[in-house]
Amino acid sequence: MAVENGSIELAGIVKSYDGANRVVDGVNLKIPDRAYCCFLGPSGCGKTTILRMIAGHEDPTYGEILIGGKDVVGLAPVERRTAMMFQSYALFPHLNVRDNIAFALRVRGVGAQERRKAADAMIEKVRLTELADRLPAQLSGGQQQRVALARAAITGPKVLLLDEPLSALDEQLRVQMRQELSRMQRDLGITFIHVTHTQLEAIAIADIVVVMEKGKIKQAGPARDVYDQPQDRYVAEFLGGQNVLTGRIERIEGDSAIIVSQEMRDVVVPLGARRTASAGDVVDFAIRRDDVDLVRPEAGGGGERAKVPSRVRAIEYQGNFVKVILDKIGADELIAYVPDRVFYRDPFSVGDVVIAGWEKNKTRMLA
Amino acid sequence: MTGDLPAIADADTVPGRARRALAPSRGSRPWTFYVLATLFTLYVIALYGPMVCIYILSFQDVRGGLVFPMRGTSLHWFVDLFTQVRTGDVKGAFSRSIRLAVVVTIITVVISFMSGLAFRKRFTGDSVVFYLMIGSLVAPGLVLGIGIGLICNVLGIETSWYTTALGAQLSWTLPFGVLVMFAVMSRLNSAWEEAARDLGASAWQTTFLVIVPILAPGLVAVALFGFTLSYDEFTRSLLTAGSLNTLPLEIWSMTLNVTSPSLYALGTVTTLISFAIIGICLGTIARIQKRRAAGPSAH
Repeated sequence: MAVENGSIELAGIVKSYDGANRVVDGVNLKIPDRAYCCFLGPSGCGKTTILRMIAGHEDPTYGEILIGGKDVVGLAPVERRTAMMFQSYALFPHLNVRDNIAFALRVRGVGAQERRKAADAMIEKVRLTELADRLPAQLSGGQQQRVALARAAITGPKVLLLDEPLSALDEQLRVQMRQELSRMQRDLGITFIHVTHTQLEAIAIADIVVVMEKGKIKQAGPARDVYDQPQDRYVAEFLGGQNVLTGRIERIEGDSAIIVSQEMRDVVVPLGARRTASAGDVVDFAIRRDDVDLVRPEAGGGGERAKVPSRVRAIEYQGNFVKVILDKIGADELIAYVPDRVFYRDPFSVGDVVIAGWEKNKTRMLA
Repeated sequence: MTGDLPAIADADTVPGRARRALAPSRGSRPWTFYVLATLFTLYVIALYGPMVCIYILSFQDVRGGLVFPMRGTSLHWFVDLFTQVRTGDVKGAFSRSIRLAVVVTIITVVISFMSGLAFRKRFTGDSVVFYLMIGSLVAPGLVLGIGIGLICNVLGIETSWYTTALGAQLSWTLPFGVLVMFAVMSRLNSAWEEAARDLGASAWQTTFLVIVPILAPGLVAVALFGFTLSYDEFTRSLLTAGSLNTLPLEIWSMTLNVTSPSLYALGTVTTLISFAIIGICLGTIARIQKRRAAGPSAH
């Protein structure tokens, strides 16, 4: 078999079932070997279809899929050295844990003794030894997931594809299994591709986050880049934690734009990638919710900061921070995450007039 | 945090509502219960009474007649059934019926399974095929039998229990089998097949290591249908079985010329065999499901 490593390259992938609607619409992406990559997007954005095309359960309408530098379109999953972990795990209900895990060896004609040995070694790796003779129905969700992981990993794949692996679990278990996936990925030393619609899951676990919308990649990069430096309104809103505001450029000063709207005056935003913007343009920009601080109007403050007068509409205690929801700016939410210790030094109540402020270099112009 | 509030409210209101909504667990049953229970009892008597009469009368001794009262008790008529030539070829009919039913069962299970798989995907003309199948189910059996007899006559094919009758019976058991198979197949998640393929299984391996074992209880149910429908099939076999009778045909001809409790003994024996087969099938299904028993699942 020619596939020797788990690097993946998608080149111009298009998938259409009816010839008109493109479920996946021109996706180009390189994923290095041994990376943990998350495809993130709402349901119907094409992320699962991409996964299934990499797995070989569907063929792209156009485009090439390279795994380890080899074009694998048309090859069976086994020849691609991929293995898939299905959304509901798809464990075989009539086989016990050991036989489920040994299934891939059985269909390859490995002898009973040998495959039992290999399966037991894998069972130990996922810490299920005492449950080896149980049937899937007798396992908890987390245990089932480990069986599914072991079953997929026993063939020694170079790429493991995980379709919403945590969606069947409850919240606490999800966090726990997230760590387990991460550990398994390091242990196995292979590429993991993980599809999810939960942004917290994606940024917690992935080296590379790929944000998708309607069959297209909106942004791809390290988790921190995607979260901290979203390129457009969609990515910023999907990943959350950002206020996305709209305003009109009043004038350009050096490499910054001065933005105004009905509620905002003289908000300075670095132009960043939008060098071509000119006065009069309506633009989106983002400011992280935890970069917004709130002061009372009488407190005043430094001159280099953006200042937006507003009013507290709602307050939600979140434990380590307080979510303060302010009056909308146009159609956009304005929310501040205030550390709880700071907030309770001088707590606001609903209806209080406040000045929301932030440092100008914390804002980011969006495409 | 916010989840606590509705929970407290629920604790207050829900039990009260539940108490009002549910029937009280103590106290007397409503009068409707007794009316319906009486109705049900009468129904069961009407359903099984006649059969039970036949079973009882088959255990008379040599003086026995076709009507009550009972005259002595013995197994005389069972012996008579299998030894006397004048009662007809019961033993032969028996063995023919069983062999025919086994063949019908095998063909029904295999074809139903395959069409069940086929109907999971849409294909051109699938609804036409489906309605043709239903058509053969609702067509009057006797008419169908006459038709087959006629065609065989025209083509010069000799009718016999293992050729024409087999075909006629399949026209009855197959649609049933396929309909049951549809229900069985609805439980088959295509993710299992994909998982098998993903793990390197060939189509054959996927079928025999995954699909068949998972569907085993359903396949047994189809087999049971096939067997019992064939074993007591009468109308379609009447004109297609040729010169040698199947058991239902034999019983029918006995009602015309045998006037002894042998007839009842035959009824008892065939019923016992039917029940034995149903028992074996249900037992098999129960065993399969027990082995897969959903134990203390975490959900």
